[in-house]
Amino acid sequence: MPHDGHDDFTDPPSDIALRVKALESLLTEKGLVDPAALDAIIDTYETRVGPHCGAKVVARAWTDADFRLRLLEDGSAAIAEMGFVGRQGEHMVVVENTPDVHNLVVCTLCSCYPWPVLGLPPVWYKSAPYRSRAVSDPRGVLEEFGTTLDANVEVRVWDSTSEMRYLVLPMQPEGTEGFSARKLEPLISRNSMIGVEKVLPPGNTR
Amino acid sequence: MKGAHDMGGVPGYGPIKAEPEREEPIFHDPWESRAFAITLASGMLGKWTLDRSRHARERQEPEQYLANSYYETWTQGLETLLLDSGLITKGELESGRASSSSKSVAVDEKRAREILGTGGPTLMDVPIKPRYQVGDMVRVKDEQSTGHTRVPGYAHGHIGSIEIYHGVHVFADTNALAPETGGERRGEPLYSVRFTARELWGESANSRDSVSIDLWQPYLEDT
Repeated sequence: MPHDGHDDFTDPPSDIALRVKALESLLTEKGLVDPAALDAIIDTYETRVGPHCGAKVVARAWTDADFRLRLLEDGSAAIAEMGFVGRQGEHMVVVENTPDVHNLVVCTLCSCYPWPVLGLPPVWYKSAPYRSRAVSDPRGVLEEFGTTLDANVEVRVWDSTSEMRYLVLPMQPEGTEGFSARKLEPLISRNSMIGVEKVLPPGNTR
Repeated sequence: MKGAHDMGGVPGYGPIKAEPEREEPIFHDPWESRAFAITLASGMLGKWTLDRSRHARERQEPEQYLANSYYETWTQGLETLLLDSGLITKGELESGRASSSSKSVAVDEKRAREILGTGGPTLMDVPIKPRYQVGDMVRVKDEQSTGHTRVPGYAHGHIGSIEIYHGVHVFADTNALAPETGGERRGEPLYSVRFTARELWGESANSRDSVSIDLWQPYLEDT
């Protein structure tokens, strides 16, 4: 594994690692980037911003009916209320899964993704197989994630081609009625907020 | 520009092979995090727009785009932007040594955090009346763009209905150009347009399913 210190000594750095290192050195030498700013940028997305933010939004929507209405009416404003604002989440639309409608988010042209609530996208979200098939064969894609939908459920795919960012509000799993938001949050997966999976009841793992 | 990046509906890419959510790291190797950070920090110098950086990544040879990993493409795009904007020279990129000074000054840690926290809204407060209303049927113009565009190829010529009006947003196509070649921050009405799966993919698609695409007004025409 790349983070295994032992391998750092035995494997020579790859060409791309050397290329990036050389570019960073050049930019630093020219005063175009500040090493402390680089560390802050990485720290933001490695430790501060991630799917735990989106899970708080979803759990609150499940437990606070007024918030849920505001969230579906104006996603940007409702999410900003909770402090999850910033780059790649300036304009948010929240789409709600119901027993009849299942939403799925993709960016076929690149990798648009709501960073303030989900962090950086997983590799598969940026990959050719997902980007190509999410629009033309969404049910096949869902099956690959172990998500089977009844044929009478409507699948709605959202291709993020502008600066609007989409977050799926998944359905609350059965048996969790009356749970506090805090108890619900750990159940809410990143993938459920992209729309490739459902939220499972407690005690179920994938 | 119809390039390798325009992947919607393209067959043959095989299974998705997602890493399990709980096991996937944010970055798979330290160089990825550095490539990510230098790209964002360089962007904060304000020499190019986000749309222009997307175009820089798309402008690779199609074979190269498909062969590259995600952050390899970012690195490639960043080198293109740094060279095009004159922040570095080709000689400097090849030698890795600075041979000239730059007037641009790096964004510090505090400012970097502020910029990440505010982002770059694209909604514009300009008095442009949208041509279409929710429920209207529209056709996506069947025109190939030679530059950057956000119309996915699979939507060309297809008819959909206006589902959401998002207001006037910075138009990606012109915002992606360098200022000296006509680049400008111009607003155009932006809509989510909903297409039935059958309209896009034919009768084998599920009759209930749909795809919604964000499209600016200049991409659309009356039916």
